[in-house]
Amino acid sequence: MTHFDEAGAAVQAALDAGARYADARVMVRRSETMSARDGDVEDLGFDESAGLGVRALVGSGWGFYAVPDLTEPSARAAGRRAAQIAAASAAVPGLPADLVPARPVVASWASDCVIDPLGVPLSAKGDLLVRATEAAKAAGADVAEANYAVWDTRKWFVSSEGHRIDQHIRECGAGVTAIAIGDGEVQRRSWPSHRGQFGTRGWELVDEIDLVGNAPRMAEEARALLTAPLCPSGETTLVLGGEQLALQIHESVGHAIELDRILGWEAAFAGTSWLDLSRLGSLRYGSELMNITIDPTFPGALGSFGFDDEGTPATKRHAVRDGLWVGVLAGRDSAAIAGLDYAGSVRSDGWSRLPMVRMTNVGLEPGPHTLEEIIAATDDGVFMDVNRSWSIDDRRLNFQFGCEIGYEIKNGKLGRMLRNPTYTGIGPRFWQSMDMLSGETIAWGTPNCGKGQPGQIGHTGHPAAPARFTDVRVGVRG
Amino acid sequence: MSEGGRAGAELELAARVIEIVRELGGRSAEAEVNVRHDAEALTRFANSTIHQNVASATTGVRLRLHAEGRSAGGSTTVTSADGLRTLVERTLAAVRVSPVDRSWPGLAPPAPLRLSAGHPGSGERSGLAFGFDEATARADPAERAERVGDFVRAAGGLETAGYCRTVYVSAAFANSAGQAVEGRTAEAAMDGIARCEGADGVARLAAARLADLDGAVLGARAAAKARAARGPVELPPGHYEVVLEPDAVRDLLENFAVFGFDGKAHHQQQSFAELGREQFDPSVTIVDEPLGSRAEPAADLPFDDEGTPRRALVLVRDGVTTAVTHDRTSAALAGTASTGHASAVSRSWGPKATHLRLEAAPLPGSAPGAGGTGVIADSARPLVAGMRRGLLITDLWYTRVLDPKALVITGLTRNGVWLVEDGEVTSAVSNVRFTQSYPRALGPGRVLGIGAETVLLPESWGRARYAAPALHLAEWNVTGNASG
Repeated sequence: MTHFDEAGAAVQAALDAGARYADARVMVRRSETMSARDGDVEDLGFDESAGLGVRALVGSGWGFYAVPDLTEPSARAAGRRAAQIAAASAAVPGLPADLVPARPVVASWASDCVIDPLGVPLSAKGDLLVRATEAAKAAGADVAEANYAVWDTRKWFVSSEGHRIDQHIRECGAGVTAIAIGDGEVQRRSWPSHRGQFGTRGWELVDEIDLVGNAPRMAEEARALLTAPLCPSGETTLVLGGEQLALQIHESVGHAIELDRILGWEAAFAGTSWLDLSRLGSLRYGSELMNITIDPTFPGALGSFGFDDEGTPATKRHAVRDGLWVGVLAGRDSAAIAGLDYAGSVRSDGWSRLPMVRMTNVGLEPGPHTLEEIIAATDDGVFMDVNRSWSIDDRRLNFQFGCEIGYEIKNGKLGRMLRNPTYTGIGPRFWQSMDMLSGETIAWGTPNCGKGQPGQIGHTGHPAAPARFTDVRVGVRG
Repeated sequence: MSEGGRAGAELELAARVIEIVRELGGRSAEAEVNVRHDAEALTRFANSTIHQNVASATTGVRLRLHAEGRSAGGSTTVTSADGLRTLVERTLAAVRVSPVDRSWPGLAPPAPLRLSAGHPGSGERSGLAFGFDEATARADPAERAERVGDFVRAAGGLETAGYCRTVYVSAAFANSAGQAVEGRTAEAAMDGIARCEGADGVARLAAARLADLDGAVLGARAAAKARAARGPVELPPGHYEVVLEPDAVRDLLENFAVFGFDGKAHHQQQSFAELGREQFDPSVTIVDEPLGSRAEPAADLPFDDEGTPRRALVLVRDGVTTAVTHDRTSAALAGTASTGHASAVSRSWGPKATHLRLEAAPLPGSAPGAGGTGVIADSARPLVAGMRRGLLITDLWYTRVLDPKALVITGLTRNGVWLVEDGEVTSAVSNVRFTQSYPRALGPGRVLGIGAETVLLPESWGRARYAAPALHLAEWNVTGNASG
């Protein structure tokens, strides 16, 4: 069953009501989540959400309306309402709104999936989480938590320019966390990431990360952290594991290169960006080791798709090449205003939300070393990995991150475990200090990127490998 | 684009789902059903023009089932007869293969709502429709655009950005134990900044009536703050005496709600809260008020997602921590009763307060304010006047927990910081990063003053609302400048 007819009816109704451009997407999403704690399943939930969202452009004003009723009369009414809202937008006049040219696409796309995550028996999934938390408890965790999530999304997109695209995207992931409670403090260790690993893949992803096998080590490390020495304070050489570097990329590069932020569209809420479009192509963002790509074609990563929510085909491009800033995440309207000739990074988190500029897979291209080589080449420093806290200013410059675990590095070897490791810096200074980069890339998934009003949750991917940075301030204390 | 007048529709839908559960799952199955119709509209502006203008109307049904010791939940936006039957069938199928749920707390027993004349969304059937604003529920895009236009004009040529939104909710709850309740509510909010030579000023306000939002007043305030924030100086890290304006105090309340007063985290010893201990300054009283008051209506339903009637809950009285928030599961673990804080995710994420009020001084329950139109919030002026040397902070940003138990938080300032010397603002200050234990900042002897009025403020991300006065604190730990 397709829903092109309803989407087409909404687009036509918006045009009939005065829109000069319109597009509509029907989205049907089934999701499933389960969480377990201390050997018991705590929550199991399903969600099915189906509806249509239509976007209309009248003059220089945009309007968006969404309805859950997938009938053609309802779709037509939604198209008319979107056009009415667009007309109201003109009450506060703005710049002319244009779209970068797009070739109409008629296509169908589905993500790769070996094991359908919704087809795996619930009992098997529950057993996995229960066993993982039991294993962590048995190894000394005071509290053990595990969870998984599955999203199965079908989309039908139609535009007044002739697009007609359907997609089927399956995503899933899981994780386990061990918590140790001490006198006045709490320590946690998580596997394989601070909120689990997620990708645009089937259940084979969850099988590969071996929650049960890794849970005891997480518990032991959480317990050991309670009595480990505090991370020292001062400036030092910092080696980051790939999981933490993924969030560093997300926060200090991914959000900074969003064109809607650069244009000021998120100024009141998410913030703007320190990047100035006049310096696109010439600004030094980081060292020559820094190559950041925007790549929705990255196999299995959480930000992968065939076409974005404006119908632009997935394409790999550089955001930073050899340390120079060369590209942005853009939509057709923001790109037109900025005078750029590409888009392809617009998505919504559901049928009832307006598509907006979103990260896809924003990642760091691999380097020539291994983590072992980086440690061996470091006389004195700190290794940190697995994010615990993250905070960055509204221009995406000043950041402070906390990690779950740290180790001192002395004379080319890992030393004592360190408690409450944190580091802080300014984005471009930090990236310019990157002097060693490994090739051990993993595409980490971020399933909870918040942006927009009304709020939307984005799924993004971040290929990243361990890297070394010099003269970084660590051990910030309260 | 919002819709009013749906009283009864959601309760009928909920009852229908209970019937299907009985038909397909038998009378022994325990079921609870939430039906919620949300009509939300938001007009967003940036670069002083409307750039996003959205609306949606959704009815969602959520079912939680417990049978033979096992539980599962399901939800759908497909509310046709087939859609509801599919929801029940799928949830029943999940229950049968689920692991045993040893923490199932049972269903809420039938209990009347604790409605007061002040509750804005009590619905026609209750006869207590006082305060519900049909005009807000039915607001159209032109009314929101008008307020945006007022904000932009009042900023006097400064670049502006923000939103104006209206929300209407009509909802019902029913369970197989006989509890059946309904309610509705409407709310409006406006949040915007003005920008001047790289400096931002903010103004925001939540209200039960769109008519109470004056875009011109808010725009003028944001512009005044932006102009006064130009040419900032950098200050060295250190411990500073501060006056936090209501917008900044909102962040304290939000973090207390999420990490401090969560009954589940408290039970697991991951919270600072210790019942019966004087953990705050004696001047501090914090109340969760989901039902609001006549003077300050809250935009929420009179029951939670388990059907438990909501009520005001005093979390801190005169500095002593007196309560934490519970749903039925966390309450059972703690050997107490639900406080009416169940949500769709409270079993796993913990029950959270969403309507915290820090009582103003010296008159608890004083009327809500709008913050005034000047650089300093009106009610913060006496606090600023009493500061020998310190910082006036408008807003806190991107706050994250470093240590959940001590509630040590790092974040930055935003939208205006000023140096105050001998009671007078002497210069604007660049944004700073701080790392601070929130309960310690409000600890005994550390609260030097509380503003005389609360301002009702919307949450930055979700629908929670906070009633916050200005706050004068002895010490705030600045760990660096935003510039590095």
